[in-house]
Amino acid sequence: MSSEQYALSHGLKKVGARPTLFKYIREAFSRIDFAYTLASYGNEATNAKSRLGSWWNILLPTIQASTYGLIFGLILGASKPDNFLPFLFTGVFLFGFFQGSFTNGASSIVNRSGLVRSLSFPRVLLPLSVIISQAIALIPQLLVLAVLLVVVQGFGSITFGWLMMVPLLAVMFIFNFGVAMVMARITVHVQDLSKLVPFFNRVLFYVSGVFFSLEKIFTDPDNIWGKLIQFNPIFDFLNLARGYLVHGYSVRPEEWISILIWSFGLAIFGLVFFWSAEERYGRED
Amino acid sequence: MAAKTKIAPERKPVVVVDNAHIVYKVLASGRRATRGLLGGGLLSKKMEVREVHAIKGVTFTIYEGESVGIIGSNGSGKSSLMRSLAGLTPLSQGAIYSFARPTLLGVGAVLLPDLSGEKNILLGGLAMGFDKQEINSRVDSIADFAGLQEFVTYPMRTYSSGMSARLRFAIAAAKDHDILIIDEALAVGDQEFRNRAEARMRELHRNAGTVFLVSHSMKSILDTCNRVIWIEKGELRMDGEPKKVISAYNKFVGTTTID
Repeated sequence: MSSEQYALSHGLKKVGARPTLFKYIREAFSRIDFAYTLASYGNEATNAKSRLGSWWNILLPTIQASTYGLIFGLILGASKPDNFLPFLFTGVFLFGFFQGSFTNGASSIVNRSGLVRSLSFPRVLLPLSVIISQAIALIPQLLVLAVLLVVVQGFGSITFGWLMMVPLLAVMFIFNFGVAMVMARITVHVQDLSKLVPFFNRVLFYVSGVFFSLEKIFTDPDNIWGKLIQFNPIFDFLNLARGYLVHGYSVRPEEWISILIWSFGLAIFGLVFFWSAEERYGRED
Repeated sequence: MAAKTKIAPERKPVVVVDNAHIVYKVLASGRRATRGLLGGGLLSKKMEVREVHAIKGVTFTIYEGESVGIIGSNGSGKSSLMRSLAGLTPLSQGAIYSFARPTLLGVGAVLLPDLSGEKNILLGGLAMGFDKQEINSRVDSIADFAGLQEFVTYPMRTYSSGMSARLRFAIAAAKDHDILIIDEALAVGDQEFRNRAEARMRELHRNAGTVFLVSHSMKSILDTCNRVIWIEKGELRMDGEPKKVISAYNKFVGTTTID
């Protein structure tokens, strides 16, 4: 009798074997409290050594958006988008939600190797906790945005359309989670990739229409670059948000279809892709 | 190629390690820092993947009711093997079977150093599968066991190595594990804590749990274990009665006293 037969006949199970996808998801759900706690504590820990603490969650994006407003406002001059400040702040804050998920998602496993090596839990909780933490950080920024919208556009800008931000951000959460799972696994295989992440971020920042309006830059509707940028789902997220929040912009329903396909497609692919390397995450090489 | 195992039909196995191999791939330049001061420009410093064969075909079976001491020199592969046993480091070859998922408690375990001890207890508990209420009600008793007192609200990075090792042990030992692996976690604790920890280990063992203890202290192995496995250079050197194995090991390293 081989060792394997002997072990299995006594009801032993192989150690470290990856559970089925269904069981994996169930196990992850049962420990969702861990992801949430790690997210809120993680936020706290990053600000633990600064005096202003979690105020930085609002201060940094606001300073960032104001700086872009100043610089791009001057450079773009007449070609800057209409209703520029609400346009820009919506773009910067929402892009920040994606960017934070992308960057921290990529390092979610490699940065928590201590946790991975000492405790066993479904590793997908690590990228998930990154997205939860980014979502928590986004909430106060949305309040800043609401104040700005009222200041610039008046109280009349509070509409039922604002409620559409809830499903929109929920879909964006799923999209970001998908991106984070894919990036987390790739970074485990090729750590060098983490050096390129800031570069990818820059490129995406420029092609997602954070500070410019596509119609004003590409006046020719058949321009190939303009078409390529419209294929970018982040662009769709920002556009939809502006349609609901910013005066002078309208919602294009086909963009909903685009983000739904992207988000669910990426989340399902990301989950399978991440899960299929589950045994590998603890290895030190 | 599964190795044949000695089979004792009347005893129930809890862990079967079958021809386990662990190979680490390390990205490093293969040169000594002291050489290569002359010559060797920027381009010649190529990084290459080098292999470290940490465990070379170890096979053993652990039965119900055993508590196992693991001994061996530094770098012999004890901790690597224990990490694989806990399912944290995958094997390169061979397989490990076990009756329940083993929990590893090691020195390398870092939770979140910027957070207070209390929050680390909550986090560690949730990761181990406690629900929120359960762990909330146990925070105080875990902190007490670790002997943290007022330090429980300070960030963990301010703790001494002994304090953080005590906390990690206390978190892991809060749960009744079917199989618990303790990897030198007690070495940094003081004598008072060690006694408390050993008492808790015996208690875990009595509750039908299997305990693996990796230690350089032959005394605590003799006190807590009824079987000892000696690993040397990635190979199983000896396996059996604690007294016999330890005296052979002592002869090998050249000590005469038992500590």
